[in-house]
Amino acid sequence: MTGLLDRRAVTAELLKDRGDLLVVTGLGSPSYDVMAAGDDDRNFYLWAAMGSAATVGFGLAMTQRTRPVLVLTGDGEMLMGLGALASIGQVLPPNLTVAVLDNGHYGETGMQQSHAGRGIELSRMAAAANFPWATIVDDMGGVADLRQRIHTMSGTGFAAIKIDVGEVTRVLPPRDGVHVKNRFRKALGHPTI
Amino acid sequence: MTVMQAVQGQSWQDEVLPILRSFDVRHVVYVPDAGHAAAIRGAEADNEITALALTTEEEGIGYLAGAWLGGERGALLMQSSGVGNCLNTLALQSMTKFPLLMLVTMRGDWAEFNPWQNPMGQATEAALHLMGVRTWRADHPEEVTPLIHGAATMAFNGDESCAVLLGQRLIGEKKWVK
Repeated sequence: MTGLLDRRAVTAELLKDRGDLLVVTGLGSPSYDVMAAGDDDRNFYLWAAMGSAATVGFGLAMTQRTRPVLVLTGDGEMLMGLGALASIGQVLPPNLTVAVLDNGHYGETGMQQSHAGRGIELSRMAAAANFPWATIVDDMGGVADLRQRIHTMSGTGFAAIKIDVGEVTRVLPPRDGVHVKNRFRKALGHPTI
Repeated sequence: MTVMQAVQGQSWQDEVLPILRSFDVRHVVYVPDAGHAAAIRGAEADNEITALALTTEEEGIGYLAGAWLGGERGALLMQSSGVGNCLNTLALQSMTKFPLLMLVTMRGDWAEFNPWQNPMGQATEAALHLMGVRTWRADHPEEVTPLIHGAATMAFNGDESCAVLLGQRLIGEKKWVK
């Protein structure tokens, strides 16, 4: 196995100098990865509702048109919400990027192989849903390019980032969903209700 | 078999979008149903509203959570069968308490020709209650506006999860012909 990327290094690079970036994370390891890169009021961590990361990011991107929105999730979480790619594909908000940390496995449940690990390539599904930019990222140069592209907001993006299956220390984000929601809204200047 | 459309043009159908607009709803997300046809048509024609078709109803819960994070209100329109698709995703509302307004046209609860609609239709209201959603049920045209008004008030003023069930008697008997 060569070239598989380290998930924490990938996440740290994507969130570097984040500017206005708004982030939604899928349940499990991507939430821990984003927390490990540094908690931020503009992170929205999912702990359940599997399959919803892309749709939460979609709704956010549709209301915050001038800010880049990054959905960072895993291959299993994305697989549960594949229809979201078709729903996003009808509208294609240019400020939305869906990035999948793809290790081809369900890491949270004992490393069972996922469909992505059995040859189903998620980036091709995004391409089929008319994403103007859908790609595989398999080196850190590609991650740097992805980061730059997120900030240019030049068209809905999808990246399947090929990461190593290695498990890393869990860094748990807050589980108080009301708190996370309210601080996110406050960071955008909105009242709690 | 050819499916004829459910009875169209009742005035209650034309009242739905104006009520949503009065609550500053900016996103109408839906899996289509004949009972929602007027609201969907109106939302698509309204420049201030994003009308969005979903592949499955639970996408609407995520989408509306994201829209609320971004500062805007929406409503989710679906048929009762779609409530079953939403159950696990309703945890997102329970845990974050964002305002969730759902309008549900009923199948399998009155004069249903297709018995395959009955199991979910008859479980719809109980399923919503199990997941902490408040429900109100309209079976007569004059109930629609006040019930949506009440549900929207409690969703948007109280960060609650509220569903108005639009009964099959209200929608009309679906005509099936050979």
